Amino acid sequence: MLTLPRDGGARLYLDANATEPLRPAARAAVMSALDCLGNPSSIHAEGRAARRILETAREHIALFCGARPEDVVFCSGATEANALAIASLGHGKRILIGATEHDAVRMAAPDALLLAVHNDGTVDLAAVQRALKDNTGALVCLMAANNETGVLHPIKEVAKLCGQFGALLHVDAVQAAGRLRADFCALGASSVALSSHKLGGPKGAGALVLARDVSDHVAPLIFGGGQERGRRGGTPDLPAISGFGAAAAAIASEERSRVTALRDAIEAEALSVGATVVGKGAPRLGNTSCLALPGIKADAQVIGLDLAGIAVSAGAACSSGKVRRGHVLTAMGLKPLAEYAIRVSLPWNAPPDVATKFCAAYRKIAIRALHSPGASHIAMTVPAG
Amino acid sequence: MRIVVAMSGGVDSSVVAGLLHEAGHEVIGITLHLYDHGAAAGRKRGCCGGQDINDARNVADRLGIAHYVIDAEAEFHAQVIGDFVGSYAEGRTPVPCVRCNQHLKFGDLLGLARDLGAEALATGHYVRREDGASGPELHVAADAVRDQSWFLFATTRDQLAFSRFPLGDMPDKGAVRAVATRLDLPVAQKPDSQDICFVPSGSYADLLARLRPDAVQPGEIVGLDGAVLGRHQGIGRYTVGQAKRLGDVNGQVVTRIDAARRRIEVGPRNTGTRHVRLTETNWLIAVPAEPIRTQVKLRARAEPQPAVVDMVAGTVILDDPSLAAPGQACVAYDGTRVLGGGFIV
Repeated sequence: MLTLPRDGGARLYLDANATEPLRPAARAAVMSALDCLGNPSSIHAEGRAARRILETAREHIALFCGARPEDVVFCSGATEANALAIASLGHGKRILIGATEHDAVRMAAPDALLLAVHNDGTVDLAAVQRALKDNTGALVCLMAANNETGVLHPIKEVAKLCGQFGALLHVDAVQAAGRLRADFCALGASSVALSSHKLGGPKGAGALVLARDVSDHVAPLIFGGGQERGRRGGTPDLPAISGFGAAAAAIASEERSRVTALRDAIEAEALSVGATVVGKGAPRLGNTSCLALPGIKADAQVIGLDLAGIAVSAGAACSSGKVRRGHVLTAMGLKPLAEYAIRVSLPWNAPPDVATKFCAAYRKIAIRALHSPGASHIAMTVPAG
Repeated sequence: MRIVVAMSGGVDSSVVAGLLHEAGHEVIGITLHLYDHGAAAGRKRGCCGGQDINDARNVADRLGIAHYVIDAEAEFHAQVIGDFVGSYAEGRTPVPCVRCNQHLKFGDLLGLARDLGAEALATGHYVRREDGASGPELHVAADAVRDQSWFLFATTRDQLAFSRFPLGDMPDKGAVRAVATRLDLPVAQKPDSQDICFVPSGSYADLLARLRPDAVQPGEIVGLDGAVLGRHQGIGRYTVGQAKRLGDVNGQVVTRIDAARRRIEVGPRNTGTRHVRLTETNWLIAVPAEPIRTQVKLRARAEPQPAVVDMVAGTVILDDPSLAAPGQACVAYDGTRVLGGGFIV
């Protein structure tokens, strides 16, 4: 339990890329599924009722991605979905991953070849082409949107290159899902990983969505009773999956433009007080800002904002809460900025006064950063991007 | 007021957080993640935190205070572990706790506390801070057995002014545990921590072998006259003044470590010097122009001995000859008050 700000004011949650607030429709679906008695594998009426909940969720996710319901494999979350894709589709293949991928991919493919990114965070297509030429028939894993910067990779172009060189493409769409127009299957990927709680569903569910031609080529990581057409064993977490499906169905496209406008207001203010917006020149998610303020360490910025009632993050926190800096910004050639960068990520329900509130607290930090020795030196050593 | 508490996950710093919270302060607990606990314990790929960090989080949670874990692994490796193995390889005996206090707790963490707008940094050290006529003074703890003042000599006056040590007046460890029990802290019965936190097995030779293999290369043990008396398995296993691990060489102690020639020199137990030179000195009083007569401690657990300290020159003349181990601290005391000190050259 964290102390609330002393004035008793409400907290401002700007860490949506860690987890989105639960959507009301998802909450209702979870509550309703909790009261469903049956196991979806059972043949009796209770089992059939449970199965109906599961298959409704599957239809929601299929529709959301432009896939067939039978191509959706539910699992515990995107870490598992990524691992399943890499183990199955990457079996016996050379694996190529973007240099800014999430640990869920990096750790599942420890021997992977890294695909370089430009200063703006987008993958270097020439490097992709070279790597594909040298490794025909590889599996390429690339995130649709980066969790720390929101930068979007040119997935369509990469998919085209993969097609030319007989490679498969797996897309980690965790951050992009719900925040971009969602027709992932039209991108030309063989598989797409999704996470429930990153689009406003409950934690504990995710999906690997497969292209038709590989839909039956997935061998399970977790064995058991042949659930998910033999691709993922174990009784499914019905409430979580039901909430996942309901969340995906509840996403309204208007919320994207609303959130983007609020995010842009935050960035304008941040730029005016001397911050750098990482990946500003690249196509990005509308809810994410990676703001670097040389002079005050990211840890201190995050803690200071938390104590002021605002939740943001720096890098990806591991289970102990320790914040690990860096591989994303380092891969972008921005290593000196890495320890000064925080991630501000607006949730789907960000309040209208979010920019005013955030900026009041951020300005105070910026003033301290301005008086910190060495700040200008760091700013000067960073390449433009 | 807003106070940052350096929480290690042990009972001492947990009690500090509990007492300050009880007194009505806005307490922010911060735990420094110093090293990979799994790797230190010999596991191939450990978890990132280790139980101490979990304990600190649980205590903070029980108290209902904010708590953060800060990654200080790179700094700890550079400032503490690097100095630790480097010192041994160069024939000195390091004091990692002093380096950690100096660079991490009262360096980086204190800086963070200031950045967060805190008015003080509190730690679980057993020392007392007293406000004297000319500013804050550092004194030994009420509990002489637990006193840690020797380890804090490198704290600057500016850092001291910002620091608080609520355990300095505790009569003994039992009293601290009693507070932990009264506050229902989950660490009330936790055993005391190791001497060197990053060497949980107690054998630092493995660490040396990994990071500075030259410190565990065999060499000769020689007498004061240069005669070879035996062999040793690495200068990193020795400290000036040590009588153990000398094989057949009986009744002698290490008098000098010659890193360049990988030699351990031994001599009779009464060998010693009166002249000690210090480096990286830190004085907690206005430095007097003339040498002063006072007491010094050459080891954490040694009795203070009379000496004349020249703070300007950084030299100490002991009344009675003693073996001063290079790399250890020489800390000057005036009664209970710490005057400062330096590392023995």
